[in-house]
Amino acid sequence: MRNKYLVLLSLLLISSVSFAGPKIEQWQTKNGAKVFYVNAPELPIVDLRIVFDAGSARDADKPGLAALTNSLLDEGTGELSADQVAEQFEGVGAVFSASSLRDMAVVSIRSLSEKVILDKALNLFRDVVATPTFPEASFERNRKAMLVGLQVASQRPNSIASKEYYKQVFADHPYAIDGSGTEESLTTVKRQDVVDYHQRYYVANNATIAIVGAVSRAEAEALAEQVTSRLKKGEAAPKLAKVKPLTASVTKRIQHKSQQTHILVGQPGMHRGDPDYITLYVGNHVLGGSGLVSRLSDQVREQRGLAYSAYSYFSPMREDGPFTMGLQTKNSQADDALALLNKIIKDFVDNGPTEDELKRSKQNITGGFALRVDSNKKIVEYIAMIGFYGLPLDYLDTFNARVEAVTVDKVKDAFKRRIHPDKLVTVMVGGK
Amino acid sequence: MRLASILLLSMTLTASFVLPAQAKHGDGESDVRQYMLDNGLKILVKEDHRAPVVVSQIWYKVGSSYEYNGITGVSHVLEHMMFKGTKTLGPNEFSKIIAANGGRENAFTGKDYTAYFQTLHKDRLEVSMRLEADRMHNLSLRQEDFEKEVNVVKEERRLRTEDKPTSLTYEQFIATAFQTSPYHHPVIGWMDDLDSMVLEDLQHWYERWYSPSNATLVIVGDVKADDVYRMAKKYFGPIPNVKITPVKPQRETKQRGERRIKVRAQAEVPYLLMGYKVPVLTTAKDTNEVYALEVMAGILDGGNSARLSKEVVRSKQLAVSAGAGYNMYDRIDNLFLFDGRPSTGHTIDELEKEFRDQVQRLHTTLATQDELDRIKAQVVASKIYELDSVFYQGMQIGTLETVGLNYKQLDEYVNRIRSVTPEQVQAVAKKYLIEEGLTVAILDPANAKPAAAEKTSGADHAK
Repeated sequence: MRNKYLVLLSLLLISSVSFAGPKIEQWQTKNGAKVFYVNAPELPIVDLRIVFDAGSARDADKPGLAALTNSLLDEGTGELSADQVAEQFEGVGAVFSASSLRDMAVVSIRSLSEKVILDKALNLFRDVVATPTFPEASFERNRKAMLVGLQVASQRPNSIASKEYYKQVFADHPYAIDGSGTEESLTTVKRQDVVDYHQRYYVANNATIAIVGAVSRAEAEALAEQVTSRLKKGEAAPKLAKVKPLTASVTKRIQHKSQQTHILVGQPGMHRGDPDYITLYVGNHVLGGSGLVSRLSDQVREQRGLAYSAYSYFSPMREDGPFTMGLQTKNSQADDALALLNKIIKDFVDNGPTEDELKRSKQNITGGFALRVDSNKKIVEYIAMIGFYGLPLDYLDTFNARVEAVTVDKVKDAFKRRIHPDKLVTVMVGGK
Repeated sequence: MRLASILLLSMTLTASFVLPAQAKHGDGESDVRQYMLDNGLKILVKEDHRAPVVVSQIWYKVGSSYEYNGITGVSHVLEHMMFKGTKTLGPNEFSKIIAANGGRENAFTGKDYTAYFQTLHKDRLEVSMRLEADRMHNLSLRQEDFEKEVNVVKEERRLRTEDKPTSLTYEQFIATAFQTSPYHHPVIGWMDDLDSMVLEDLQHWYERWYSPSNATLVIVGDVKADDVYRMAKKYFGPIPNVKITPVKPQRETKQRGERRIKVRAQAEVPYLLMGYKVPVLTTAKDTNEVYALEVMAGILDGGNSARLSKEVVRSKQLAVSAGAGYNMYDRIDNLFLFDGRPSTGHTIDELEKEFRDQVQRLHTTLATQDELDRIKAQVVASKIYELDSVFYQGMQIGTLETVGLNYKQLDEYVNRIRSVTPEQVQAVAKKYLIEEGLTVAILDPANAKPAAAEKTSGADHAK
């Protein structure tokens, strides 16, 4: 009986171990950019993205500079104006996009794979990324638009809360910087700052390229050379400082004329490639990472009807990103909701998940593995992340097996070591 | 495109789930298989074998446009209550079972539909069918669950509307544009109606609309169509059909002149919304007009090369954002929208004048061939890009069926857009973008800081 059960169990494990993700191939361009590629011949599409280590963590004393630089790439290159850039991309149905996070500056393109179209789209992409002209007028316009953006953000309790939260959690670490900038920095920043920033960080040695689509390995190699051919070799960005743990609890209450109070509670969490990554990820899935069935959602929403959403998550980054719990509730209930949130996290750190909760979470994660990589869009995001953070190429292939190996004791141990209910940042933004 | 955030407001979800980009363009060739059960349930299956996953969506023909004053928001509250158990399942058990099977699930309510979906490994489709069939006719509506859940919905309303100045503006704007049409009221319902809602309202709504013949089951993914049909027959087949009394037409009364409102709210930055009454695919006598309106939306806001980005944002720098939008797949007449935020040093009045000038130009001047060519190139490409998402493919099929169209109309999309001429665009502009159909709403920020804005722009030149 017992043996039979063991056999079954090992079969299950085998089947999850062998659940392979997409086959990722890796190489470097001549000038030093890392390339990660997955062949996806089913649809006549190519997705290509370049990730530079050029997010707001590199803003230094000019908050908003990374985002401003990123937003100006397609405002002109060579002889082309912003209008012409847009017309040329859209004229072949290609979709260009650029975004800026704390660690990353992302530029991406989606195009049909038909040779003539793809070639046109990627040549333009190459120039936009490597040789933008940053026209003075565009610089001024986007700078002012970001200032308006700050005003809009100041209307929103969630934005106010999030900015204050990062400030408190990360103190003097670059992750405390809000990428949308400050009134002061956006008033004093100069076009030359953008030019310098681009020169320093948008370089091959600071780039990770991800390609997914209906192109062969040989074609993908040629595409990678094509899009990087005008990038300077440059140097990788320096290592970021380690994030310091909090030494005491901090509570910040900010008055805002809103009906709800937005509450964020947390601390520095974990980084990409963290030895506790999977254990904390699975544990948090039980705590607040599984939508309507998580413990937080169950206690706050299902049992009490206090909030529309109650959640927790780790944001793993190059260095320890935040571990965050949050909810929003009408002002009169805010203190009760906060007390409940604190009770839940303390209980979870003290006692961990139940066997049943953990089993359900593991089933959800492993059983839903296929959903993680069921589109080119998701795959290109995954391999860019894997490449950028230097995770092993079999990250996805071993994912389920690593999830299966998590136990209640491991979750308890990891949460005890990493999460400290007596040293949390609490931010509350709302009315009376 | 920029309007997407606003347009999404008209749809509301059970959890924090964000839909993919607005349904704007049609789907690829129709390899959809259609079946019908004896009880009237329509089943549409699209095989897509790229990944071992399947999305299952059940669409009910009911939403806020089926509601009337006093019970607004009832469709959406009922959607929440659909997770609270049946004769055999306890509250939230539906979600727990789907989760334990590796699935992701949620639901959304719009003006014209209420839909529930699960995305799963293809082997688990049966779990979703069993559960959806169960709650189609065995829902248990309990007072204690309702009391908590209606509070959740009120928190949702505070989050999405009360504390969001642009959402408040949009809500008031729509209620002004539509007087007798049920598009008048918000999907989430007026707070007062949520306050006075009772369990009987939900029971009645459930009995009235949740029936096989009022639903469409849409399945997209790595499945065989005939297997899906057999499975659906097994689970949904035994459900008795309830005869549906169709909703009354409630057509909008004729507008007799421009309407304007101001919305004063806790905000820093002003915001402008303009909308013109237009037909949609279900209501247009001449469907060419609808495709011409769609192309017009593209001319104005089909990307960074379109007129609003190029002229209003980049060249004249009147706005930090400016958008135009139109949804041809609504159930009844809706609006062709403009929205925008003025840039520093420019006013709402200037932006409104600019939008009116843009409209005037559409009246007097033909769109160029270059503009139309770019729209067509984008439409052709997005048709292919859409195939990268099984969920999105399901969304399109479900939307069309539920508003009274046929999924086959998705196939016509590219060719119909291709055949639109500059003269047709001009004709719809002249016919519909007129004062008699116009509503304007302005967000008047209670906390505007004109002095600060002045200081900022002054500082630029000083340094």
